[in-house]
Formats: sequence, C-alpha cells, structure tokens
Amino acid sequence: MTTSDWPHVRLHVVTGKGGTGKSTVAAALALALASHGKHVLLCEVEGRQGIARMFDVDPLPYEERRIATGLATDDRAPGTVHALHIDPEAALLEYLSMYYKLGRAGRALDRFGVIEFATTIAPGVRDVLLTGKVFEAVRRNSRNKGAIDYDAVVLDAPPTGRINQFLNVSDELAGLAKVGPVKNQADTMMTLFRSRETAVHLVTVLEEMPVQETADGIADLRAAGLPVGGVVVNLVRPRDLTETDLAAARAGTLDRAAVEADLRRGGVDPDAALVDGLLLEARDHAERRALEDAQRALVERMDVPSYELDRLAQGVDLGGLYELAASLRGQGLA
Amino acid sequence: MTKSRTRVGPLAAAAGTAPALDVDALLDDPHTRIVVCCGSGGVGKTTTSAALALRAAERGRRVVVLTIDPARRLAQSMGIEALDNTPRPVLGIDDAAGGSLDAMMLDMKRTFDEVVLSQATPEKAQQILANPFYVALSSSFAGTQEYMAMEKLGQIHRDADYDLIVVDTPPSRSALDFLDAPERLSSFLDGRFIRLMLAPARGPARLMSAGLGLITGALTKILGAQVLRDLQTFVAALDTVFGGFRQRAQQTYALLQARGTAFLVVAAPEPDALREAEYFVERLSEDRMPLAGLVVNRATRPPHGDLGADEAMAVATRLRDDPSAAPTAGLLRLHADRARMVERERRLRQRFTAAHPGVATAVVPALAGDVHDLTGLRRVGQLLSDGALPG
Repeated sequence: MTTSDWPHVRLHVVTGKGGTGKSTVAAALALALASHGKHVLLCEVEGRQGIARMFDVDPLPYEERRIATGLATDDRAPGTVHALHIDPEAALLEYLSMYYKLGRAGRALDRFGVIEFATTIAPGVRDVLLTGKVFEAVRRNSRNKGAIDYDAVVLDAPPTGRINQFLNVSDELAGLAKVGPVKNQADTMMTLFRSRETAVHLVTVLEEMPVQETADGIADLRAAGLPVGGVVVNLVRPRDLTETDLAAARAGTLDRAAVEADLRRGGVDPDAALVDGLLLEARDHAERRALEDAQRALVERMDVPSYELDRLAQGVDLGGLYELAASLRGQGLA
Repeated sequence: MTKSRTRVGPLAAAAGTAPALDVDALLDDPHTRIVVCCGSGGVGKTTTSAALALRAAERGRRVVVLTIDPARRLAQSMGIEALDNTPRPVLGIDDAAGGSLDAMMLDMKRTFDEVVLSQATPEKAQQILANPFYVALSSSFAGTQEYMAMEKLGQIHRDADYDLIVVDTPPSRSALDFLDAPERLSSFLDGRFIRLMLAPARGPARLMSAGLGLITGALTKILGAQVLRDLQTFVAALDTVFGGFRQRAQQTYALLQARGTAFLVVAAPEPDALREAEYFVERLSEDRMPLAGLVVNRATRPPHGDLGADEAMAVATRLRDDPSAAPTAGLLRLHADRARMVERERRLRQRFTAAHPGVATAVVPALAGDVHDLTGLRRVGQLLSDGALPG
C-alpha cells in the first residue's frame, strides 16, 4: 500500500481553472481519503449543488449529510463521506447564534435585510463566512454540540483566479475592520490556513492556459504564505501508443501494410477509408500528445508533487469517481 | 428533400437535432448591433468573442470587442495588454471589405471610478473613492465585474460609433450573476438596510425606531464602532449618486432586451457546462432577452469510417496476444475512444436540444493548441461559420 504524501493535512483545498474538473477531483479526493475507516467532510461553497449531482442525491441543505462510503481497500473497512453545502446566509445566522446571544436583535438583523446585505454585498464578508464555516468543520467549536469530528475536510474551492482572495480572509477584512471580534476570528482562521495542516491543491489539464494559470496560482499562493499542495493533472488522454509509434504517426510513417494485415487477422476488412481514417486519427492524437508532453514538462518544473487522472471516455459517474479515487490513493495524494 | 417522419418512442430523441446556427448571417445583419457571449468558465468564451469580432470586421463591419480577461498572448497579439479601459485598434486585420476592429480589456475598478466621477461633485467623488468600503466594494462586490461589463457596454453604445459591439462576459459563479447584477446593484441601493444607515444622517429622531437601536447595537458588538462609522459615511456619500446608478442600470438592461442585441450562449460538451448553458437559456427567455443560439466549443472530431467503438475494441482484443500488432491495437483503441467521446457528446447535446428544441446550435471542433494570434482567431471564426451540427 502506498502512503499519503500529505499525512499532516486535515484541510484539503481544491482549486483550478474553470472547466478543468476541480469539483470531480475534490469528490474523488474525499472518497480516497475516506478509505481505512476515516471520516471525511466534502464542502462546496459556490451554490452549484455539484456534489448532489455527482453523488446522485437530493440537493444538499445547510447541514452535514452522509452521502457515500469511502473507497474500499483490501485491509480495512472504508469510512464515510459527509457533504456540506455552505450557504453564506445560513452560515452567518449560525455564527451569530453560536457566538453572540443576539436573540431579538438577531431576528431584527434578518428582518432589516442586514443578513442579505452582509452576504451579497458587503465586500469580503461573504468569503469570510464561507471560510469561517470550513474552519469550524476542521476545528470543531465546542459550542457546536454533537458535531462529527472529521479526520479530513475537502473544500471544493473557488477557481484559481479567486483562491488567494478567498483564503486570505484577514487581508480582505484588513481595510474594513482593523480591530474587533471579526478581525480576531479572521486571524485565527489564517493561522490554520497557513499551517501545514492545510494544503491547496491545483487542478489543471495539459493545455497552455490552464497550466500557465496553475504556475501563476502557485506563485501567488506562495507569496501569500499559503501552503501549496499538489498539482492534479486531470483529463489525461489515453496513452495507447509507444513513443516510437507516436513519432511514426506524427511523421506519417506508420506501417500501412502491417496495419492492413493486422486488421484482416482481427476480422475486419481493411478498406482504404478505414485505414486512412485510423492513420489520420493516430496523427491527430500524436500531435495532441506532443502538446500534452510539452505542458507536462512545464508542470514538472513547478517543483510540486503532481498526480495524473485519466480522462474517462464515458464521462464521470459515481463508479468513475471511485475509479479516480483509487488512482489518487495509488499515487499518494490521499 | 424528403420530409422526415415524426418519430415516437425511445428513438424519438435521436431524431431531435437542433437547427443550425448561421453565424455569418448573424454577423452580417446590419440590425445586429450587439453580440453578448455568455457561459460558464473555461468554455472558450473569450476566444469565441474575439473570433466573432474579427470575422465580422473582415466581412466589412466596424467592430469593437470588449473582453474581460484574455490570455496574455492573445491580448498581446491584439494589442490590448495595457489596461487603459479605452478601445484600441487591432492591427493586422484584413480591411479589404471596409471593416475595422477595435479591442478593449475591461478594467473593472476604473469603470466603477468613472461612473462615480461622472455622477458626483468632485469633492463628493473623492470622498467616495477614498472610503475603505468603496475600495473593497469596487473590486470585490459579487457581481461588480458583471455589472461593469454592462456599464461599459452602455457607455460605448452611447458614445462611440461602431456597427457592432461584441461583449465577452466574466465567468460568473452562477448563470444568474450576470443578468442580476444591475438589479442587484439597484436593490442594494434601495435596500432597507441602506435606508436605515442613512436615517440618522438625515436627522429626524423619530426614525430612530426600536429596530434601528437593536441593529446598531448588534452591529457595533460584532463589527466594532469604527467599522459602523465608516459604513455610514460610505452609504451617505454614495447616496448622492444612487439615482444616476439606478437609471443607468435600467437603461443598460433595456439595451440588452432591444432588438439589435443577440445573446450567444457558449458551452463545452460537458454535463456541467451544458447545464449552465441551460440555465442561461432559461434565464434569457424569462427576462425576454434575445437569444441567438448556442455555441458548443471543444467538440471531439468524429472518427473516420463507420467502424463502431465496440467492434474496434473487439478487434483490438483479438490482436492482444500478438506483440507485433500492438500499434494496430493501439490505433483501434484510440478509434474506439474517439467514437465513445463523440457519442457521449452527441447524447449530451441531444439532451439539451430535447429541453430547448428551438435553440440554433453551432458545434466547433477542439483545436490542438491554444489560440494566440489573428491567424488562430480567423480559423476559429471559420469553424464557427462551418459549425452547423454534423449529422
């Protein structure tokens, strides 16, 4: 069995450029972490209900719900994955009732639109509320009676372009609240986010813009003192041809007669259209693989551990998620 | 041409193909004055907008494209890497047909500042611009970017003389952000809380209801007194420019609904992106916004020949024990993989079409590399124009 590269991490933040599949990776990571009897919480903060769709369950409320059993491994019973859809208004009300005995004033805040104001308009507050709840899930508040203690929390975070701002809660509030309880709260959260108990993983695909954005994201995270985790390279094309064959395919020198003979032996009539098609497809594939390899070299130069996930031709269903989870576990992200 | 039979039963969905989106007709139509490209992040909206703008320009129209966050190299090749919030001519286009192309990258904060400066007296404006709440609001208010893209569109439409404005929209967190932004800003300005904050500044003590006392008490406890004072100053200062803001937001909204506007929803053949596209289509029709069609980018090219995926895999399996046939087996697996991808994408598009049968669609095959120059944009433009649904 492989061991995890991130044994100290309790908060896994998963970010990435739009369209790279960060939600899929976050879900697979949660399943992978939940093997060996571990209990994991998977959080989403962007109101998309993506978790509910991936796991094929009803839309999630603001409440921790058990949604899946962790990845099964040979030696021990799997743990569980719970999910939480964090909604800023509910988080604010929960926060207020947990920390301040506001009573009637709390209801008045809601009635006068303050809650709505704070969560949709007031700059930065929305992010602080979302990250605040994530923080609470990692470091359970003693006032939250009966809450589950998780071994790990996975956050399906906003995209790379926003991740720094999102996690840098104290900076975001700095211009607004220099002292006071909210500021103290933000500072405590930052201590966790900057510690080695947190890792920010970046999801990319092997294309120019996402790889560039990943490199920029890593630099920005480091500059902000936030711990960079691994790079997860998602949607990797199948690697069915050897380097030699790829080179031949690119050069158009694959042995046509051999292909025809093989096809005949395999039981298909090797008509010209079919063989031409296969050779053209091979060339197209080889060109893309060359581009992927160039991008992969750039990822390797980023000097962080990287993990690769295959593109599943049929798309990612629940079974596919477990397949990806097993791959992540095998490679040591979990 | 024979009329196709109406199918019923389980095969009915297979017959449902979307009408083809005629991109060139849209771009050439002199009545088309604004094209708005919307869709979720990572589907190629920016490239699509730039390619449409270039194509329209090279077909003879005077075009400006307003982009949000282009890739660095694309911005460089279009000459807009400087963020100065003013359209700049793009060099190197083919102007034989008499068209022209300007491009601009949106500076959200600057657009917001300009609105404030144009609406308030100089000293009031300075007061607003320096307030910490304004600074944060103008750069991070959920929806500011969306709103400012629309504001800039309104400005250019009013003040500049173009045949066609192509707008790229920010990758919204949700489909709703972009259409809701003007409304949200308006309702923010009208909000009860804002009114409450303004009440003491406006004097009459009778407005100091018990509710307000409770609220300011609670807020002071949570935020501290200084934050509350800053907020009050900010709201009071901004109050003077509220009217102007609201009016402009409404004008822009009306402009979007007008006949000369065409919305293109951009997606990738992935469940999430197409689901977002469905939200967009539904929202646009709810808000009576003129939808021109759907662009599906990054489609897998159909495999050649008629060898099916399962058959190809079966042949590959038969060749498994012969090492000399490994390359051929590899080719067959690639062929099967591609056939499966194409089949999956077709099903996903069909699901979309079944729910929204009238939406004209263009399918653009994936390019091997990224687009970062005019040649690449031209190629994408050609593919968009060719992009009527295959089969």
